[in-house]
Amino acid sequence: MIVRAGLVPQGSYGAGGSRRSLLLLVLPLAFLALFFFYPLFTILRLSLSAVGESQPLALNSILNPLGFTLWQASLSTLLTCAVGLPGAYLFARFEFPGKRLLRALTTLPFVLPTVVVAVAFNALLGPRGWLNLGLMALSGASVPPIQFINTLWAILAAHVFYNTAVVLRLVGNAWAHLDPRLVHAARVLGASPWRAWREVTLPLLRPSIVAALVLVFLFDFSSFGVVLMLGGPRFATLEVAIYTQALHLLNLPLAALLSLIQIACTLTLTTLYARLAPRVSSPSAPRAAVEASRRPVGPRQRLAAVLLVGLLLVLLVAPLAALAARSIARLEPIRGQRTSVSAGLTLSYYRELFINRREALFYVPPIAAVRNSLGYAAATVVIALALGLPAASALARTSRFGRQVDALLMLPLGTSAVTLGLGFVVALDTPPLDLRASPLLVPLAHSLVALPFVVRTLQPALASIPERLRMAATTLGASPWRAWREVDLPIVARAVSVAAAFAFTISMGEFGATSLVARPEYPTVPIAIFRFLSQPGALNYGQALAMATLLMGLTLAGILVIERLRLPGVGEF
Amino acid sequence: MREVSTVLEVREVRKSYEGASLLRGISFRLARGETACLLGPSGSGKSTLLRIIAGLEPAEAGTVMWEGMDLAPVAPHARGFGLMFQEYALFPHRNVLENVAFGLRMQNLPRAETEIRAREALARVGLADFSQRKVTDLSGGEQQRVALARALAPRPRLLMLDEPLGSLDRGLRDQLLADLRRILALDGTPALYVTHDQEEALAIADRLLLIHDGRIQRSGTPAEVYADPGEAWVAQFLDMGTLVQARVIRSSPLRAQSELGVLAPRCTHTPHAIGVNLTLLVRRAPLTIERTAHRRYNVVRGIIQEVSFRGDSYRATLDSSTHRLAFDLPHPAAPGTALSIHLAPEAVLCLK
Repeated sequence: MIVRAGLVPQGSYGAGGSRRSLLLLVLPLAFLALFFFYPLFTILRLSLSAVGESQPLALNSILNPLGFTLWQASLSTLLTCAVGLPGAYLFARFEFPGKRLLRALTTLPFVLPTVVVAVAFNALLGPRGWLNLGLMALSGASVPPIQFINTLWAILAAHVFYNTAVVLRLVGNAWAHLDPRLVHAARVLGASPWRAWREVTLPLLRPSIVAALVLVFLFDFSSFGVVLMLGGPRFATLEVAIYTQALHLLNLPLAALLSLIQIACTLTLTTLYARLAPRVSSPSAPRAAVEASRRPVGPRQRLAAVLLVGLLLVLLVAPLAALAARSIARLEPIRGQRTSVSAGLTLSYYRELFINRREALFYVPPIAAVRNSLGYAAATVVIALALGLPAASALARTSRFGRQVDALLMLPLGTSAVTLGLGFVVALDTPPLDLRASPLLVPLAHSLVALPFVVRTLQPALASIPERLRMAATTLGASPWRAWREVDLPIVARAVSVAAAFAFTISMGEFGATSLVARPEYPTVPIAIFRFLSQPGALNYGQALAMATLLMGLTLAGILVIERLRLPGVGEF
Repeated sequence: MREVSTVLEVREVRKSYEGASLLRGISFRLARGETACLLGPSGSGKSTLLRIIAGLEPAEAGTVMWEGMDLAPVAPHARGFGLMFQEYALFPHRNVLENVAFGLRMQNLPRAETEIRAREALARVGLADFSQRKVTDLSGGEQQRVALARALAPRPRLLMLDEPLGSLDRGLRDQLLADLRRILALDGTPALYVTHDQEEALAIADRLLLIHDGRIQRSGTPAEVYADPGEAWVAQFLDMGTLVQARVIRSSPLRAQSELGVLAPRCTHTPHAIGVNLTLLVRRAPLTIERTAHRRYNVVRGIIQEVSFRGDSYRATLDSSTHRLAFDLPHPAAPGTALSIHLAPEAVLCLK
């Protein structure tokens, strides 16, 4: 999964016994070989067979999604920048009441599962959303006046919603650390405000802007859930095309070929970002950020600040608020009632989740999806920690192979979730590795996605424990196991909690890989939301709202745990 | 005469920062070719005042005028002032020559002229060979020179320098100070120099403007200020000696009773009536040392505590029963010796 790749910090390497480290790495590497490289290899083989087949390859079925992917990613990136750059300026240079809260709120979208975002936009702008229902109530029209869902605008808006945080963080940080006196110097030397921006601010911010652009483009390029749920059947990115070809048209070779193209593109973009990122983190004129920001002065600055805050609120917070509010609002008759209803508050959508209706989608109460997800998440936490702890300890101790192994472990980050899912589908279906019916398939896929985060969270904590402490414990009579328990464990307990929260949150919201590997009778929460959303009827819609709100709450709880517990400076961009 | 040649006039400028008032009515004038030094403790608003004059920050009240014209409507880039920043603010993305040429380029001069004048400015600060160097590779002193060249190259009408030697070590400071003096004198550009270091101020200033508590407390040539600091705060800030409270006991000739004994202060103000309270400055010199007191006034008795060699004199702390005072003695004295110090008439001054 590429999303959140930027959150992962660079590791550092200690020195120490490399034989023991190798031993620790056996299990994680075997896991990667079996569930990452082997599926990828199968995809490669399949796609070669697709190229080699005698029937003419439908070139359009590759070029169309590729072209659209590039087009929408470019548009989305430009729009994100148009919103993010002024926003970054606002955060870097101005103090205003509620700044910390707004900063936290603007980061929220970035961590939310795509299904939640899709439902949130639906709740605000969809045919049953606040805006349309409000306009219909005002005008008495019977048809929703705003056509938003299933348009390119919906995709673009959701992408801006998602990735503005990237620009705010990357460019905003660089801007906050940019010495304001440089611009002052230019101004006194005769540069107009515009010229000072062009000649001083822009060149100095360029590395961070370019890095943000690449990262945003990468996210938009491999966007799946948003395009699938908000774009409708007319729009297909590579990711969506892989999904449709594999799941609906059952053309696995073509899906594999598309996956290969996807991998090539994302790897290129990831490499590009990895090249650019270090330049961003070492600003040429480092400086405390607080000094530079002050309250807006004069009516023009104040108006601009108010407008920007308003824009960010509308764009980044309104959909989430609309979702939560819509899930408890009675605005239209449910269950096919003909009579008009009085608008008010209701918990009926939530109550509905516990009822097993005949017309319900799964013949089980929808709350079962929550149970499934919790079970999968628990399994993911166990698997990811069981693999991540030894891997992180090995990386923390050794410098030999360190970088190579680290890069190997991070590779799943650079691979799109749908591709990971497709790999499972095409590779793990023949004995002795026939896992199609195994309940472990979903947590295995989630672990693959979560493992890089777990390793990157644990490794710095483990590396921070000086060898002297263990030696001291040993000379005082502690056995190796006891030394680990008395010295390492208390220190890493916090990091383990953060890693577990990462794994749990990722598993709860994972949609791309799950959509390919989950069995229909055991849907996860995101899958259930997706199905509810694609069915007609107010009841289905209401249940999607209720479930998405629940998932949003769970995700926020997870992020809160992570933010509370994580060591300062670890896990930032 | 000063009236005629005034170029910059700052009138009643006020500014508050985070609710507390920082500048409470600053007024002063700067004459053509003059170097004035804004001297005051850190946090006294000196840098803020420079930014207000440069137009980078608005004043809450008051006016800044250039040759009689209000500068309020003039944008910072149109004022034609030079400002050398604390820690220099060199553009890290441009090399030395490009930094120096920046202001010239903003004037849209022909490329050739820009380059010639930028090189000239670099040569003037002794960095002719540095044009292609990265500014991030320069030492502190080199950066300081580049910043000076950058500020001077566009030939500003007024040069402002904000703690330009602040972060440099002592030897370098003395050398750069001499260079700066020479360049400013040669150039004839009026300059406003901000510092919190009195030695620096004395070395460079034609006129001192002592700023404290949001106001100019004292202004005058260094000699004038040292001859008569006027305000108690000025005497203290410039570390001119010890402050002593006294009460007038005779008005002509003036005598005042203090805890150190009877003193005969020099006062520039109107005669004082008997019983009036005065704040007096007792300078460290000039003085003579006697074994016995044969005078009735301006004699301080006490026991020598510490002595340190100062090159041309010996700085000694003297413990009178009520004060610890520092004096500069012409010859050494052993700690523990009882002395009577006879202060010269000009060593005791009235303060406000």
